[in-house]
Amino acid sequence: MTRTELMTRRADASQLQPRDAPARRLNVWAILRLAAVVGGALMMIAPFLIMVSTSLEPNTATLPNPPHFLPQGVTTSNYEEAWNGNDFAGYFFNSTYVSVLTTVAVVVISSLTAFAFARFDFPGKNFVFAVLLAGLMIPGIVVIVPQFVLAKSLGMLDSLDGLVFFYTAGQIAFTTFLLRAFFERVPRELDEAMTVDGAGIMRKFLVLYVPLARPALATAAVFSFLGSWDEYVWALTVISDASKRTLPLGIAAFQGEHGTAWGLVFAASTMAVLPVIAVYVAGQKHLISGITAGAVK
Amino acid sequence: MAIDSVSATPAVAAPAPSRPCKPGRGGASRRPSHWWVPWAFAAPGLILFAMTTGYPLIRSLQISFYKWSVLPTQASTFIGADNYLRALGDAQFWTSLANAGVYLLMTVPATVAIGLFFAILLHAKIPGRTTFRVLFYIPVVTSWVVVSLLFKFLFTTDDGAINWFLTDFLHVTQQGVPWLEQRWTALIAVSVLGVWKNLGWCLVVFLAALGGVGEELYEAASLDGANAWHKFVNVTLPGIRGTLLFVTVLQVIGAFNVFPSVLLMTNGGPAGSTEVPLTYMYKQAFSFLDFGYGSAMSFILAIFIFVVSYLQFKFLGEKKEMVK
Repeated sequence: MTRTELMTRRADASQLQPRDAPARRLNVWAILRLAAVVGGALMMIAPFLIMVSTSLEPNTATLPNPPHFLPQGVTTSNYEEAWNGNDFAGYFFNSTYVSVLTTVAVVVISSLTAFAFARFDFPGKNFVFAVLLAGLMIPGIVVIVPQFVLAKSLGMLDSLDGLVFFYTAGQIAFTTFLLRAFFERVPRELDEAMTVDGAGIMRKFLVLYVPLARPALATAAVFSFLGSWDEYVWALTVISDASKRTLPLGIAAFQGEHGTAWGLVFAASTMAVLPVIAVYVAGQKHLISGITAGAVK
Repeated sequence: MAIDSVSATPAVAAPAPSRPCKPGRGGASRRPSHWWVPWAFAAPGLILFAMTTGYPLIRSLQISFYKWSVLPTQASTFIGADNYLRALGDAQFWTSLANAGVYLLMTVPATVAIGLFFAILLHAKIPGRTTFRVLFYIPVVTSWVVVSLLFKFLFTTDDGAINWFLTDFLHVTQQGVPWLEQRWTALIAVSVLGVWKNLGWCLVVFLAALGGVGEELYEAASLDGANAWHKFVNVTLPGIRGTLLFVTVLQVIGAFNVFPSVLLMTNGGPAGSTEVPLTYMYKQAFSFLDFGYGSAMSFILAIFIFVVSYLQFKFLGEKKEMVK
């Protein structure tokens, strides 16, 4: 069926159908639809409500039955104890240090790499880029053993900077892919106009390409921050010194040691989740565009 | 993201530097002033990538053929394919693969179907659509550690929230289910977490894909007397087939790579009955320090995942062509 044909049919339809009939039927559906979506959203949020409620209540030997979705008898003692008495202030600092440095390194390094692939034609370019993309498909765990051996020989075990190094390296391929597509859309005319003005390539990169790619850089930054903040398996593998733990490591270790102190575990968890939600809500638009960049054609 | 992105690579080979550049889009400025300029820009990223992905991949293959010694003073011995043969004869390895298979069957269809269901609902102009999308996506951005411990708590046997819901609210059982203390119920608990955590990602990707299905196709279908179900089968599904395949393949890969949730909720127990490939591999490598065996198992798993993904693209991908 051609497009014109469809449009003619659409025009016919609007003449034939009375306006109010479908509208009324839609209302019933709209209410059912809204009810289903609200129900689904509640299922997504309910575990978090229980988590926050438990963290705000005094620790008890047995769990409340029925579970509390809203806290009863609010106290901040779990938060104080987790923060001061159980080193979570230190874990929070470690996570912040690692995530911020990784994000900066990833954005700087991958924008340089992406620029090379977007801006220039050079021999071997497509092959190297294909290798980079193939790297995205390798499950991280396949290389975890030799990565550990490498980290050991580089003296990067038990080191926050070592975490930054491996997190950065692990995220480069994806963010390069993301940024390359964006750099390629920078109009050639602007680039050529700068050549006429006598600008060198570094100047073009800094003054023209980077500012125009700001939304894509934000996307890369959000992905990088969340990825580093939430990472667990690599940190578990290379960090053994308790003072070097990141939040996921600290929380898991704490639960392992104090199995039933759920109020404390969830106070620490809530503190770990809040920055994630803040970054996510602030960078929501950018994150969505990154998720769907490769997925939808 | 990873797989589909391959097709984004330009098929055109880069012109040799001596050749005059492509007219139009390219222009003379696509050629670097010196051959090394692009390499200088790309160097930091490429070196990091080669160091931490390229080299370890080759090294991993090498290690898998050795009885690898972690102590620098002891020599590693080449043992050929012994590690691979050992994995194939290791009942625990097969149990772990079977568990991943069970997890896959319990999570992938449910995650894709429920994600698509809510994507379709949210695709309609619904009040507060962005807020709902944010709420559904929060589990995706939350650390696996936090949500795994949270679900471990919810699935507690005595007075856990799930058991309260089943016994005192729905009254389907009299006694609380010892969820994490037996194989099948533990796999169910881990799967429930898997669906809950990945749902939002599927939803967001589907929502973007639905935006690309032409509105006029739905209207034409209405005029042909199609009901909602017909529209779904004949317009929506063909319209998002590529995305559906992409999401399914990535979810299947994700299911074989299930790891932190099992580690933290059951740690493979009781008695290794809920072990999955990555927990087993990780323990062999880092608890028993058998790096060679761990690497061999990770290669078997990677090849397995590759074959399964290839078959999915081959058999499900062809239908895409038929529709067009």
